[in-house]
Amino acid sequence: MRGDRLRTLVGMLLAGGLVLPFLPLAVWSVAHGWRYPDLLPQDWTGKAWTYALSDSAGVLHSFALTNFIALATTVLAALIGVPAGRALGLYRFRGKGLVTLLLLAPAILPGLAVVFGLHAILLRAGLTGTVTGVILAHLIPVLPYITLVMAAVFARLDTDFEDQARSLGASPLQTFRYVTLPAILPGLLTGALFAFLVSWSQYLLTLAIGGGRVQTLPLVLYGFAASGRNDVTGAIALLYILPGVVILIVSARLITGRGAALAGGLRP
Amino acid sequence: MTRLVVQGLSKRYPGAAAPVLDRLDLTIESGSLTALLGPSGCGKTTALKLIAGLLSPDAGDIRLGEASIRDLAPERRGVAMVFQNPLLFPHLTVAGNVGFGLKMRGLGAAEVTARVDAMLAMVQLAGLGHRRPAQLSGGQQQRAALARALVLQPNLLLLDEPLSSLDAGLRDEMRDLIRSLQRETGITTLIVTHDQAEAVALSDRIALLLDGRLAQHAAPQDFYRRPASMAVARFFGGVNFLAGRVEGALFHGPFGVLPLAHAEENGPATLTIRPEAIRLCPGPTAHSATVQDCCFLGTQSRITLDLSGTILQALASPEVVRTLTPGDKVGVTLPPEALWVLPPNQPHSPDNSTA
Repeated sequence: MRGDRLRTLVGMLLAGGLVLPFLPLAVWSVAHGWRYPDLLPQDWTGKAWTYALSDSAGVLHSFALTNFIALATTVLAALIGVPAGRALGLYRFRGKGLVTLLLLAPAILPGLAVVFGLHAILLRAGLTGTVTGVILAHLIPVLPYITLVMAAVFARLDTDFEDQARSLGASPLQTFRYVTLPAILPGLLTGALFAFLVSWSQYLLTLAIGGGRVQTLPLVLYGFAASGRNDVTGAIALLYILPGVVILIVSARLITGRGAALAGGLRP
Repeated sequence: MTRLVVQGLSKRYPGAAAPVLDRLDLTIESGSLTALLGPSGCGKTTALKLIAGLLSPDAGDIRLGEASIRDLAPERRGVAMVFQNPLLFPHLTVAGNVGFGLKMRGLGAAEVTARVDAMLAMVQLAGLGHRRPAQLSGGQQQRAALARALVLQPNLLLLDEPLSSLDAGLRDEMRDLIRSLQRETGITTLIVTHDQAEAVALSDRIALLLDGRLAQHAAPQDFYRRPASMAVARFFGGVNFLAGRVEGALFHGPFGVLPLAHAEENGPATLTIRPEAIRLCPGPTAHSATVQDCCFLGTQSRITLDLSGTILQALASPEVVRTLTPGDKVGVTLPPEALWVLPPNQPHSPDNSTA
């Protein structure tokens, strides 16, 4: 009984901590004149939402673009991070410590430290101000996450299963598709969700490499926040947290999904 | 024909001082069941993985039938391997596991199902195809793993200690199943084991590996009657070794002259006799011994005998041994046909070995 109460209390505190900060945003997005010290706005309006969702504001276009950049970054990061994580998790090789440190570096170093060098390189390649350039720049903070998650996944992988598949006639590609991938999939999805969110919330790198020409949602949001449009900012902010909320729910399912799959298997 | 010929197969792991496998020559006749026997760390699993293509050799050749399979990818060798652990893919059902290799070959779903069902029946898992591997017992998992390899009708079946993860009772059952399935299918089979009793009970031929080299390759009974060396004899429980000289059909040993079944090459020699071949007689015989110790082992008892300073161990039925106490005098007969003179140049020190 006491445990249940404690759990309820912790749950309420967590929910409150997560939800409460967004309440003012939600209220702002539908407020018409909300001045200190009033507890609630004088009037309600859907104007901010109408504006945010209109074509002229470009918010929806930004939303789609940010999704595209985050997805592309995630796919690229997975293509690099899965083999890299395998190497780090399964094999011992010379200079492994150094490679791990270099991989971790972007997660430790402030983005500002790499932005100028990166800008110079991408400028020379003619990729500044392009979506491609922004995606490449996003890989820097994203790769450590997915690689380290995959290294941990591969460290627990029993490669005898792969040998077994080969000796049953599976080609290397078939072995990956039918044996390795199902084994690493939960970890890969978790890593991919992290990668997506890290790319989704990039501000500095997008601003520096995109040069204002690649308008992702964080940039749009900062723009409205800086101009004092609290109502539109509130609406965009709610759109902005949407993927985070979806991913939180999906990953919670993923983590508990194992038990569900097992229970399904137990049915006669 | 799917005869397996292994020639000069060598493998050294990076950083290891000695090769784990040193110029192994081995021929497995088509349709036979051969045990690759040896203590742990003798290189037998390495040999199996080299044949399966999961490791690549430093030197040597592997031929299956007429062609060399040395440079083929594992999936192209026509060789199926069953590992020590069942290694059933956890995300597939039992039927999905057994049908895995057929599906990889691109067979149609209907044919896969038909062959899987027939195979499951053969390993007494009929009706369990829809289950998850975790819902099977250890013995059932191992049978499913065996079915998964057999359903492919491979040219060569490799089994890596498939019984070692099972309890004693299940082990005998599984052993009999492997034996009967092998006879039924006629698939050339190589089974790795460290258990000499298992190898003897299971196989047509035994290849004994000691220290990465082939010590003897013969029928199971030869390892008891005609061991190739002292090390081989010891591995099969040989404990009695007598140093002496051979002259014609006589052995001049530490406690007198022993007649041999037939003449051997003259010169210094080592003689061995199985403990179970030594006969105890109440009456007077050529040799009399003092009982030093008796030890009840279950179905048999071990007696330690002192023949004027030479210690021999004998096995006898507990009924005989019960009447003996340490210090008693007994008559001992060493039947000539049970005496085996170890081949020369198979001495105690391995450095002048020519094997």
